[in-house]
Amino acid sequence: MDQKYVLEVSGLTVALPKNADRPNAVENISFTVAPGEIVCVVGESGSGKSVTASAVMGLLPDALRPKGGKTLLQGEDTLTAEKSRLRDLRGTRMAMIFQEPMTALNPVTRVGEQIAEVLEIHTSMTAAERRQRAIEIMEAVHLPDPEKMVDAFPHQLSGGQRQRIMIAMALVLDPALLIADEPTTALDVTTQAQILKLIKEMQERRGTGVLFITHDFGVVAEIADRIVVMQHGRIVEYGDRDDVLRRPKAPYTQMLMASVPSMTPPERSAKTGETAVEVKTLNKVYGKTSWLSKDRIVHAVQDVDLMVRKGETLGIVGESGSGKSTVARCIARLIDPTSGSISLHGTEIATISQSQLRPHRRKVQIVFQDPYRSLNPRRTIGQSLVEAPMNFGMAEAQALKIARDLMELVGLSGDALERYPHQFSGGQRQRICIARALAVEPEVLIADEAVSALDVSVQAQVLKLLDDIRVKYNLAMLFITHDLRVAAQICDRLIVMQKGVIVEHGPTRAVYQNPQHPYTRLLLDAAPGQGMTFGSEIAPAAAQGS
Amino acid sequence: MSSVAISPARQTMRRMAQNTSVMFGGFLVLLVVLMALLAPYLGTRDPSGISPKDRNQPPGYETTVRDRDTGQRVTVEYRLGSDTLGRDVYSRVVYGARISLIVGVSVATIAIVIGMVIGVLAGYVRWLDGIIMRVMDGLMAIPAILLAIAVVSLFSAGLLSVIIAIVVPEVPRVVRLVRSIVLSIREEPYVEAAITAGTRTPTLLVRHVLPNTIAPLIVQGTFIVASAIIVEAILSFLGIGIPPEIPTWGNIMAEGRSVFQLYPHNILYPGIILAITVLAVNMLGDGLRDTLDPRFAKRV
Repeated sequence: MDQKYVLEVSGLTVALPKNADRPNAVENISFTVAPGEIVCVVGESGSGKSVTASAVMGLLPDALRPKGGKTLLQGEDTLTAEKSRLRDLRGTRMAMIFQEPMTALNPVTRVGEQIAEVLEIHTSMTAAERRQRAIEIMEAVHLPDPEKMVDAFPHQLSGGQRQRIMIAMALVLDPALLIADEPTTALDVTTQAQILKLIKEMQERRGTGVLFITHDFGVVAEIADRIVVMQHGRIVEYGDRDDVLRRPKAPYTQMLMASVPSMTPPERSAKTGETAVEVKTLNKVYGKTSWLSKDRIVHAVQDVDLMVRKGETLGIVGESGSGKSTVARCIARLIDPTSGSISLHGTEIATISQSQLRPHRRKVQIVFQDPYRSLNPRRTIGQSLVEAPMNFGMAEAQALKIARDLMELVGLSGDALERYPHQFSGGQRQRICIARALAVEPEVLIADEAVSALDVSVQAQVLKLLDDIRVKYNLAMLFITHDLRVAAQICDRLIVMQKGVIVEHGPTRAVYQNPQHPYTRLLLDAAPGQGMTFGSEIAPAAAQGS
Repeated sequence: MSSVAISPARQTMRRMAQNTSVMFGGFLVLLVVLMALLAPYLGTRDPSGISPKDRNQPPGYETTVRDRDTGQRVTVEYRLGSDTLGRDVYSRVVYGARISLIVGVSVATIAIVIGMVIGVLAGYVRWLDGIIMRVMDGLMAIPAILLAIAVVSLFSAGLLSVIIAIVVPEVPRVVRLVRSIVLSIREEPYVEAAITAGTRTPTLLVRHVLPNTIAPLIVQGTFIVASAIIVEAILSFLGIGIPPEIPTWGNIMAEGRSVFQLYPHNILYPGIILAITVLAVNMLGDGLRDTLDPRFAKRV
């Protein structure tokens, strides 16, 4: 097969059903993927990047109909191909890996059998040959001890290992095109770095063309040969990596690039305000001790000490399972700490009962990660905003007045109070959640991955808002995140957690420039897109405030 | 985003109006309800009135009787025939709808109210959970009909004891449903936000947790109605339910059983109505589940 391109998409248009917010999911999309090339399709949610991938794979849902254009896979149009032909093509000539390695694998089948199944469908190998081939490909994707792991079930593997199995499945028949739809989004940053390296290695060794879908510019900078930037279903910029990333022409690309937080923390002077919250030897243990069987306990948080001053942002970074959210939830007393002390302005709240705690509740407020689940869908924004002040004895009229002012503060109109959450976008909802937290004038604001679910341009705005209100209300802010770029920009001081223990603690700039602990170094090295300079000062207010 | 605030409740109403099973099932249920309410005006006679000379007549049988007040002879028609005591099967079937609906609706209401209270306690008060759920497991392990027979034989046979007998085995199902919803909803960020907002537990439950149980409970309620109607018919058929002089679909069929091969209409007509009613209620329930539960809602 002597094709110039493994994939040639030209003029692809896919119609959305009636009543959608725009007529087409994607409109007049054209790009190519050459053998041994990684083309990144990058865009924010709703830009149509996943629809493009589904169209190529012939996996469009029934509601979406291709209206025009071609998606030529080695010269063969997959838009018009018969279902049976598509089945043949998938696996042999094009393969896909997905975002969630947990749900993309069948939980009740051994991973080796899942790889072998691909071979069973598409080749005439015997069972023994299939098993042998599965072990070979598992070795190729650097899974440890493939002879044993071939008989493992998905739940026995880590997230990164599962994603490796997915990649092994996709590549076992040497397809010409690999489509990767946000393959590293659900993974921790150190695992992400390994998977990106693997994809690159596979593509170089086998000459596979890769169509890589992502929202993360760091990942793009790390892996792309060429870049397609999409917005509202259209391509706004298309070119070589360095052209797009270093000299973006389209205003939208420029805006996106400016929104990506930089890995270099700005200069910040140390805050000297009085201590708002102080945590000493905090422990949270899950599980049961029993004198009949062996103790099965997990130290989610072990001997954590921290302190946040008024007007200061303390960041807690770490990967999943590091205990960073558990610390936050203990401080908000959403869960009860096993031992230790949490002192709010000298009031000990770690051990007091729920009824004694109630008057102190308003001092600590949380903004959660998922803006779609943080507001009760059955209650209007106004009802959600006045709930807390009215709990603490404020009259409804006054609470509503404050709510109206807060809505303006977070950049929404006061009329929005009568609407329901589903009428707002994710970024707007997160603003509403911030307004709700502010309604009781807290002293400590905990942002638990508060910007992690947001698109990068919205993320920048919400970060700025958080920083503004910290200055305005002289708040002590506890900022929990896994994203080192975000942490670099917003935090005065940083705590790095691993497996429930604080491994490093210091001013953000010092931690980034001179990491002491090996794990911190590992985290910082793993952050994608190191070579590129992104972003601008996302927190000018912080500079003024300090 | 529209400028008018559309509440989630109104959106659901709209979806319901577009759902064929809701509309068709609802229409049939409405017909049965109207039949029960308007029973005296649908050309019926005293459903318990005995006429030995007209017994076991086929549908459409006509005879003349002397009117008690005027002394005139008038023609009466047995549209669906007569039973072994000469009672009008048509009138009995129409009046029987009353008992079936009363039993169905009251069983569903009582079971849901009791089940909801117990379910919320089990779901929210963690130390009660184990105790409550083991009792519920115990109740579920006893066959519903046997339990009902035991309850009826403890009290005297009658409408109230039949209702109690059917409620008892339904309660654990409601408890399980409510408990599972409460367990998942209490982890939602908006519930946690309400906790940090200092909302007291009773308010928290009523305002943020319980509204999530309404839709599944309405659906579950329709299924309870259907099953209660059937269980009542079974109990009456077995002769341990409502006293035989009161017309219920189960009683009519029980009396027709011994002469079924000669006079099938005694079982056929109440059977058909019973089947249609249960089918309609179930259709309504299925449709409601599709429109109320977003997980089952068809995606555009």
